[in-house]
Amino acid sequence: MDNRHWATCAAALLLLGTSAASAKDLTIGQAAEPSAADPHYHDVSSNNALALHIFSALGVSDENNAIKPDLAKSWKAEDDHSWVFNLRDDVKFSDGSDFNADDVIFTFCRVMNNEGSVNASFSDEVRNFASVEAPDPHTLRITTKTVEPLLPELVAEIAILSEGIVQHGKITFDPANKCGVTGPWPTVDDFNSGKDAIGTGPFLLDKYEHGSGITLSRNPHYFGKAPEWDHVKFVPVPSDGPRLAGLLSGDYDFIDAPAARDIEQIKQRDDLAYASKESSRVIFLQMDIGRDKSPFIETKTGANPFQDERVRKAMSMAIDRKAIVSRIMDGFAEPAYQFVPSTMFGALPDPQPLPYDPAQAKALLAEAGYPDGFDITLHATNNRYINDSQVAQAVAQFLTRAGIRTKLDAMTSSIFFTRRAKREFSFAMGGWGSAAGGAASFLRQYVTTDNDSLGIGASNYGAWSDPDFDKVLIQAIGTVDETRRAELLRQATQMAMDKLGFIPLHFESSLWAFRKGLRYEGRMDQYTLAQDITTAASD
Amino acid sequence: MTLYAFQRLLQSIAVLFAVSVAVFLAVYAIGNPADLLISPDATQLERQELIARLGLDQPIWTQYATFLWNGLHGDMGTSFVHGEPALRLILTRLPATFELVTLSLLVASLVGIPIGLWVGLNDGSRLSAAVMTGSIFGYSIPSFWKGLVLILVFAVWLRLLPASGRGDTIAVLGIPFSFLTLDGWRHLAMPVLNLSIPNIALMIRLTAAGAAEARNQDYVKFARAKGVGSRRIVRRHILRNILSPIVTILGMEFGSLLAFSTITETVFAWPGMGKLLITSIYQLDRPVIVSYVMLVTFIFVMINLLVDFAYAALDPRVKLAERLS
Repeated sequence: MDNRHWATCAAALLLLGTSAASAKDLTIGQAAEPSAADPHYHDVSSNNALALHIFSALGVSDENNAIKPDLAKSWKAEDDHSWVFNLRDDVKFSDGSDFNADDVIFTFCRVMNNEGSVNASFSDEVRNFASVEAPDPHTLRITTKTVEPLLPELVAEIAILSEGIVQHGKITFDPANKCGVTGPWPTVDDFNSGKDAIGTGPFLLDKYEHGSGITLSRNPHYFGKAPEWDHVKFVPVPSDGPRLAGLLSGDYDFIDAPAARDIEQIKQRDDLAYASKESSRVIFLQMDIGRDKSPFIETKTGANPFQDERVRKAMSMAIDRKAIVSRIMDGFAEPAYQFVPSTMFGALPDPQPLPYDPAQAKALLAEAGYPDGFDITLHATNNRYINDSQVAQAVAQFLTRAGIRTKLDAMTSSIFFTRRAKREFSFAMGGWGSAAGGAASFLRQYVTTDNDSLGIGASNYGAWSDPDFDKVLIQAIGTVDETRRAELLRQATQMAMDKLGFIPLHFESSLWAFRKGLRYEGRMDQYTLAQDITTAASD
Repeated sequence: MTLYAFQRLLQSIAVLFAVSVAVFLAVYAIGNPADLLISPDATQLERQELIARLGLDQPIWTQYATFLWNGLHGDMGTSFVHGEPALRLILTRLPATFELVTLSLLVASLVGIPIGLWVGLNDGSRLSAAVMTGSIFGYSIPSFWKGLVLILVFAVWLRLLPASGRGDTIAVLGIPFSFLTLDGWRHLAMPVLNLSIPNIALMIRLTAAGAAEARNQDYVKFARAKGVGSRRIVRRHILRNILSPIVTILGMEFGSLLAFSTITETVFAWPGMGKLLITSIYQLDRPVIVSYVMLVTFIFVMINLLVDFAYAALDPRVKLAERLS
């Protein structure tokens, strides 16, 4: 605690005569450390979650992944290509300057002039903009090159910077001429040092130190509901054991991602509590269907059994999802009968449960010409998803019991992802957290036939292909009307589930643990947001 | 001496070169960092852009040549994950590890050597046998388990010490140190203890064995016959004679702790270099891994050199041999 904190505490103690004063500081032990304070540096959840503390965007995703207005009061699609955003006029940046449309245009330009960034997913969205105009300082018209129904969701991912951080002339959306910026573009270092970390979020960045932690303090200019905390400190503790120990010993008020097996211990203590929330991350099985010969399948005939729909159905029936959820996931998961939770956009509201029926599974296998089963190897990660190697082990045992003799090869994710991308596997267990697009996210990424020009099917490593499905999905992702799009997505999901080109297992639940007296509702995107952590007393 | 130093320098450069080839190839073989960095929903264009920017589209020897050329100019590359110079990333973590390791070895020497000396000189007593047996435990208990037990006892049950982190630091010449604040000491206590326990055991065993052997040597007997006081015999004759192997081991331990106190740093979330190495390996952050190994190799080479010089200072026979050769 530095001197200022001591002083605050001492003063508050004198005034109140209680120890509750220190409750305004919050220390959070976090599992994954953000790799930069620059919100456009790397599009990963740890960085995006930190950005939501310091910055805000035109829209914001709520705890159920629905997009709500934020810096924009409202938006409307004028036609298939142009959108109008009405910006708030009461917003100030943390340095006191006013927020207006210039800041948004500058941000779009910066995203495209972001040399050191790890991936360009933000700039991809902006590249699709034909023009961005500001008829007045608080109105923005974006015209896109291709139809983009998800525009509000996509711009909600782009944290808005202040144009005051660079030297510039008149700002216009003119990427060829640097949009009017005359000085050097900000770098990742400028954000990590705090110099350019000027945003409209609920907190200010006090200090960002790799490996040691991130300190935030309340932003007095924040336009939304002020967070309860004067100071927040995030401490990176990647290992589960030490992170829990830190909570038990009182070092941390709050930790994210406690191990499910430790929840029992937390329940037994009356000074601790926990929260759980179903996430959008689905764990699923991906089969090599496209190749007639696949490296890790051994059958008598030499054929690829995954190409037979009956075999895929038999595999799904052989797996007891409820047992996996209750025994391995300690109840902190939901059996999955589609690829996104039913509350998400475009999901089936009430999907047909995939039954567990080992007898029927054997019958189906025999019918498909495999009465004696066959031999396969399941490849899985052992450090990426919750209890991934145990889940994969259970899947292998369930399948073996049904006659499909399954060997398990679990490996660290760095090797798994490399090998999977090279299509070295026949049968792999993967995970996918859907965000923008709801049900479309998984379907366009995995289930559609690989189509680079449309940017879909990039993760279809098993080369599953269903032309009828592709037609419906491609229509869906080009439909601006939301009701119609949701309808098409439900239709596409049903088609995918009917043929089971992918076998969903379960949705992971996210967990948080904290000292009693705190409250956190949890979020579907697994983010830990200090502004949403409250004390029980304040409602 | 100059020739000797020059030879050592050439050897060191050869070692550094060989290590750089080995590490570069090994990390290259593990996997493609682009697959980990780029989210799977990135477009092909995006992937190719990043791969080209990181230089991963080049053949391995071109990548190595670029690395070597930049390395010779003092640029060890930029971290794939953090976008900062790899060497700077490591060096900002160095003081935390340095502090931890130095204090641990200091504790190990101050506790271990006197106890070892006493045990060696009182060979055969019951207490010394007990200390020697105890030291086996101290040396063989796995570090992560010991760390967790320490946390359980001192942080969770007794609530005396914080479970993890570095605590408040005070900067000296711009480098933050924990040992200058009370809070820093509270954070240091457990990791230092955890690292020093096996080294205390090591020091005890090493000193005891040396002392037990030395006290029956002729020069000790002669000194005793001459009427030299027993304190002086221990200090001037026994200790000085057995100090060479102890200093060698201390030097080696210093190097290996500096490089691989990974487990202790992970258990106590100590923001040092070891923790950085582990995360970098998981993320295939090649510039950081390679720079780290190069730096560690460099440190080892330097320590070995210093140990050789320390020998000369401690053991006059080394100086003599030098002069005669």
